[in-house]
Amino acid sequence: MHELSLVLNIVEIADEQAKNHQAREVESIELEIGELAGVEMDAFLFAWDAAVRDTVLENAERIIRRIPGKARCAECGLEYETGQLFEACPACGEYLNELIQGRELRVRSLVVH
Amino acid sequence: MCSTCGCSSPSDTVTITKIGEEDKHEHFHVHAHGDHGHHHGHEHSHDQHHHHHHDDDHLHHHHDHPPVKTVIELEQDILSKNNLLAERNRGYFEAKRILALNLVSSPGSGKTALLERTLADLKGTLACSVIEGDQQTANDANRIAKTGAPVVQINTGKGCHLDAEMIHRSLRQLKPEDDSVLFIENVGNLVCPALFDLGESARVVIMSVTEGDDKPVKYPDMFHTSDLCIINKIDLLPYVPFDVEKARDYAKRVNPKLEFVEVSCTSGEGLAGWYEWLRLRNRGIEESRN
Repeated sequence: MHELSLVLNIVEIADEQAKNHQAREVESIELEIGELAGVEMDAFLFAWDAAVRDTVLENAERIIRRIPGKARCAECGLEYETGQLFEACPACGEYLNELIQGRELRVRSLVVH
Repeated sequence: MCSTCGCSSPSDTVTITKIGEEDKHEHFHVHAHGDHGHHHGHEHSHDQHHHHHHDDDHLHHHHDHPPVKTVIELEQDILSKNNLLAERNRGYFEAKRILALNLVSSPGSGKTALLERTLADLKGTLACSVIEGDQQTANDANRIAKTGAPVVQINTGKGCHLDAEMIHRSLRQLKPEDDSVLFIENVGNLVCPALFDLGESARVVIMSVTEGDDKPVKYPDMFHTSDLCIINKIDLLPYVPFDVEKARDYAKRVNPKLEFVEVSCTSGEGLAGWYEWLRLRNRGIEESRN
């Protein structure tokens, strides 16, 4: 899957930051991964182990914050949590909604030394 | 490396070849990993670190001190590099008034056949060019080349999707005309390409009636991010249990803004609707420049 590409992008970001701060390695890295971001976590973790070898992230503690999906109903305006890209509004049953949270894919912070 | 689909390992090479100019093909490493992580081992940055603070003679003292920690609040999108390049591609398309379409689907839905038919039917009325994405072979690009349209083949090696950098590099070889339509046929895969913006003007998802009509809810990401859904091979409807209304309904749940066209590239049925959509989109691009 594309999870390996994601990890390689994270390695690149971490490498750049470590260089900018003249650090040897990353002690911890905090990621935000939305529950509706299309990331299969098993594949992600599998790819992580393989891809961080011999990089600044090799010994880094990995903190993953999952962000739940949230949608706003276009019909009645209700904001509700959703585990899927398609879930009818619990109030009015409408599928016409706008996803307002849950597709995040971010490196939130790093600790380097 | 990836047991699920064999996604690219860092050493995999991407090849970009313009059909007719095979001798000029280009290789590159998508993730250019060697340029970053691997060759910058600890020793190297360690030395650099020390040089900034100490004389060489005092190197050993450093290990007695606790390391200086820096907390970096970053909030950076993991795909920011791809998204930045995608915006560059988008700017290029807008400046040249090119309608760039990212065609996505599972393997075997008939993307290449749809393109062959489209290019043949629109020949002389609309300038078109094509970027073909496949893991291996130039078979699809060779099929497209027979229609006379300029075409570049990207072979992703083991990669499961196209990304903005591959498109950027392909454009340098393809050099599409101003005011033309560029079809980008992504790697046949309904999962991975969804996350990678190529800078396209619109995304077109293709499903065929030989697949399940619940594809949109099984693979919601792709349908969620698409603008048009083409339901292909409708000449086979009498022989398969595919329910068009059900498929549309499922897709609408995932993406209420999705438009639909139903076509058969064999009988030609419905293709007029697809060409009309293309012309409307193309006109929209022209008008936005005036």
